[in-house]
Amino acid sequence: MAGHASEHIDSANAWGGKESPFRVSYGKLMMWFFLVSDALTFGGFLIAYGFSRHAHQGEWPIGEETFHSLPFLEGNYPLMYVAFMTFLLIISSVTMVLSVEAGHRMDKKGVIKWLVATVIGGIIFVGSQAWEWSHFIHGSKFGKVELADGSKAVVHAEQFGEIQNFTVQTAGHHYKAGQVLTNKDLDLLHEFQHAVEAGHVKDKMITLHDGSVAKIAKSNDVGMYLVVKEAGSKYELRQHIEGAEATKLYYDAAYSGEAKRIVYGANMERNEYGPRQYANYFFFITGFHGFHVSIGILINIIVLIGCIKGTYHARGHYEMVEKAGLYWHFVDLVWVFVFTFFYLV
Amino acid sequence: MERDDVIEYSLHTHHSEEEGKKIRKKIYFVTFLLSAITAVEVVIGILWGRSTVHGFWWETIKWFYIALTIVKAAYIVLVFMHLGDERKNLKLMILVPYLVFMLYLIFILLKEANAVGSVWATHV
Repeated sequence: MAGHASEHIDSANAWGGKESPFRVSYGKLMMWFFLVSDALTFGGFLIAYGFSRHAHQGEWPIGEETFHSLPFLEGNYPLMYVAFMTFLLIISSVTMVLSVEAGHRMDKKGVIKWLVATVIGGIIFVGSQAWEWSHFIHGSKFGKVELADGSKAVVHAEQFGEIQNFTVQTAGHHYKAGQVLTNKDLDLLHEFQHAVEAGHVKDKMITLHDGSVAKIAKSNDVGMYLVVKEAGSKYELRQHIEGAEATKLYYDAAYSGEAKRIVYGANMERNEYGPRQYANYFFFITGFHGFHVSIGILINIIVLIGCIKGTYHARGHYEMVEKAGLYWHFVDLVWVFVFTFFYLV
Repeated sequence: MERDDVIEYSLHTHHSEEEGKKIRKKIYFVTFLLSAITAVEVVIGILWGRSTVHGFWWETIKWFYIALTIVKAAYIVLVFMHLGDERKNLKLMILVPYLVFMLYLIFILLKEANAVGSVWATHV
């Protein structure tokens, strides 16, 4: 017994109770705990997404086919916009880590400068996401078409033939017979899509919202082709239908007078890109991520106020910036995975 | 304010001007690396999109994407979140349970999705 007491235990190995075994402060450790639990949440979402996607196989939309637009520009720019968003988030992660680095040197000005840059980057990112959502919800000019044989196809084209005007044939509550409606009177494309989706267009005659019936004058589309996403009795999965056949099939459906033959954009029930779950997961996962970014911006602003007021300087360390930074980097980390599994793979 | 029964770890993280320079250099290097990886991913996505590449080559590209994603994630966690500079037991405590659990879930996902997918394909 006495021998035990005199046995020397190295102080590096013995835990005296005072020191943390992880050698980090309580706040930082708790931030890590939170991030692990949050990472489990996002991991769970992405796993669920992967499950649905894997079970659906061929019908699942392809990233570069769904996301190929840029604001203010017509045409096909696959992945450019999300690449910009990814780059933006990486850069705002860098400004955050530079802010933390400045904090370690007690450089108050540096901390504030980089934190402001981080907040601005975050705001631009959330704005970009809002545009992305809006574009996703409104959809393309063509939408997804259900063909005569019951198969469903997405529509690609070089150009959508412009709608010139509607000539009213039968008067409704609002418009008189013989009146020629142009974009000055109403949003022709919006009215057209609305009517097509509701089955209010038959043989080039459109029933407008006020009940009047008008004749559609529309230019021809250029280079249209269809890609089958759900097989029917005639067309197979992934089959490409081109040329005059594609145009005929599309307009047979659009001008059939039947509702829901063409679906534009996306909501929780149907979307033009693929299976119902696709849009649901898109809204849920990118929405939850966007929510995290928004909260991150808020946290950064609060920490920024603390920096400007000198709270952390007086405390002798800028660990609050580091903790906010951990959260911010985590948001970037999640986006890296969302980018890969929603847009690339 | 200073208490002698509590160690303020937050005060131990300070570094000098010269060390700061070195750390910033590393940060800029990682910035370049992450941007370059993203650029490579996007260029591959545009040149060899999923609608044009099938079979073996698509599988290769897919796993290449996933590998690049993991590299990016590792740099973010280890450098930007400074987990690489923390003590080994903190690193292990955070990474090991998470990775074990995720790998398990991914295994279940692939197994189950294949089974469910084949049932949908044949019975619905």
